[in-house]
Amino acid sequence: MPLLQAKSVTHYFGGLCAVSDFNLDLEKGELVGIIGPNGAGKTTVFNLITGVYKATRGSITMNGHELVGLKPNQVTALGIARTFQNIRLFKDLSVLDNVRIAHYSQVGYTAWESFFHIGRYRNEEARVAQNSLDLLAVFKLDAYADDLAKNLPYGLQRRLEIARALATKPSLLLLDEPAAGMNPNEIMLLMDFIRWIREEFDLTIILIEHQMRLVMGICERLKVLDFGATIAEGLPQEIQANPRVLEAYLGEQEVT
Amino acid sequence: MAQTSHPPLTLRQKLTQLWEKIATNRRLLPILLVVGLALSFLIPEFNLVNPYVQLIMMYVGINIILTLSLNLINGYMGEFSVGHAGFMAVGAYISAVLTTQIFARDLNPWLFPLAVLAGGIGAALIGLIVAIPSFKTRGDYLAIVTLAFNMIVKSVIENIEAIGGPRGIPGIPRLTTLPWVFIWTVLAVWVIRNFIYSNHGRGVLSIREDEIASDLMSVNTRKSKLLAFTLSSFFAGIAGALFAHVLQFISPKVFDILKSTDILIMVYLGGIGSIGGSILGASIFTILLELLRPLGMWRMVLMPLVLVLLMLFRPRGIMGMREFRWFVPIDDLEATRRWRARKEAGDAAASS
Repeated sequence: MPLLQAKSVTHYFGGLCAVSDFNLDLEKGELVGIIGPNGAGKTTVFNLITGVYKATRGSITMNGHELVGLKPNQVTALGIARTFQNIRLFKDLSVLDNVRIAHYSQVGYTAWESFFHIGRYRNEEARVAQNSLDLLAVFKLDAYADDLAKNLPYGLQRRLEIARALATKPSLLLLDEPAAGMNPNEIMLLMDFIRWIREEFDLTIILIEHQMRLVMGICERLKVLDFGATIAEGLPQEIQANPRVLEAYLGEQEVT
Repeated sequence: MAQTSHPPLTLRQKLTQLWEKIATNRRLLPILLVVGLALSFLIPEFNLVNPYVQLIMMYVGINIILTLSLNLINGYMGEFSVGHAGFMAVGAYISAVLTTQIFARDLNPWLFPLAVLAGGIGAALIGLIVAIPSFKTRGDYLAIVTLAFNMIVKSVIENIEAIGGPRGIPGIPRLTTLPWVFIWTVLAVWVIRNFIYSNHGRGVLSIREDEIASDLMSVNTRKSKLLAFTLSSFFAGIAGALFAHVLQFISPKVFDILKSTDILIMVYLGGIGSIGGSILGASIFTILLELLRPLGMWRMVLMPLVLVLLMLFRPRGIMGMREFRWFVPIDDLEATRRWRARKEAGDAAASS
């Protein structure tokens, strides 16, 4: 059984069809890229999977659980985490708190225990702090634990966002344009980094990206969207040669 | 080896050092609490200060509870609720009805804590009922909903003859004493502090920062909002109950939108998202209003002016988003340092 399965998922914004008939069978451990011009509906696909939008039609299942209709926090608790195209950290909170918040669903104590700091509060909080700091150390961010997230340099903010996503203990990670604003050298490092977290955290990854260098370098399989429709899918080298993809990116070929 | 000679410390450095000493010395806190509690008994007993000052001290305590509870919504959660006096009214009326109509007069001093608690629980229930529909909206819309709620509470009370209608409830026994105000204030500070430094509280903070990201980081934002709103209205009800039994007369007019505005001013004066700020804001506002009393009408000109200046130069209030270390739980304050120490100990053990 595939880890994530999307069956003819369609989504409308009013009369505009943002995603039409999207299908995906994702096996455990795969690294799949979704590419396409601006406004092709890539981020909408992520929003549909994570429950930010509710698909107008179709079904998305994770390990057999239906995701359509669930709230984002329930989807996350099922093991799907994501990062954002524009970094969305909790800016005015500390780096440590950013990661601790992502442990929310793994903490079991009740509201009463939190009002009076009794019962499981102490043990659970100690565990969350320990796990969060250990995770930050893995990402070499532990030195910044007590700094506000907004004071980190851009590259570290990107890294923290991934660390925060992994704190929710996902099996599937959705990366939305992780290479935005990076130079070619940084992109090479990012490729190694993505390969490394995939091994280290035993992840299945879907990647949205514009940077062809990154996509062609690490994705095993690509899907190409244009105006919400899937226009091509296959191995990176096949996609590169696909005339429909070239057309979507570069415009129609004029035959004279 | 030559001794390095230190240049004499400036006054500013000396003060900073002194402040560091006070702020990091946590043993002072229980001592202060005990001294405070003792004073709250001794002051009225021996009339250490005149009754007028005692009255102001009680208002300071009540206003601290109000400011803290509203700060939970407007500061920590980043929403904008403007009808806090409505919840105060619920607490005040429930407790006043209990002490004037239901409880036996001579048992009142003993049953008073129950009346206050009932006021708080009643306000919390109403808070929950208001929160469920209003948190489907956000920002400006929530402000309108809470504004409407404040008006509804006022007109509902005006139209119930059994509780005096527009005439209010006169002759409420003066049961609020300095020790009770002290105890409830400390309890409010402690519980709200505990809530903020917990899993649920961090959920509330993340809603302020970015609600969508919060949801996607597995935070049950709906539950966090309901919890925060219920807790906030509970303490507003407690403050209302204490207030009614100081004032000894309540009417719907006492709890109109102007009262809500006062609470908002205290929150933004002291600083959003700060316990220390709430305490400062409530104290400064209450005391300043009294000190400026001789100015008569001009007092109402000066106070808004102070606010305008504050918003221009410190838009987040005196302590906006900062906290005195005393109010941060020690486990939280020391989390990183302890983890580092443990890690270094572990590394040393591994290498030896």
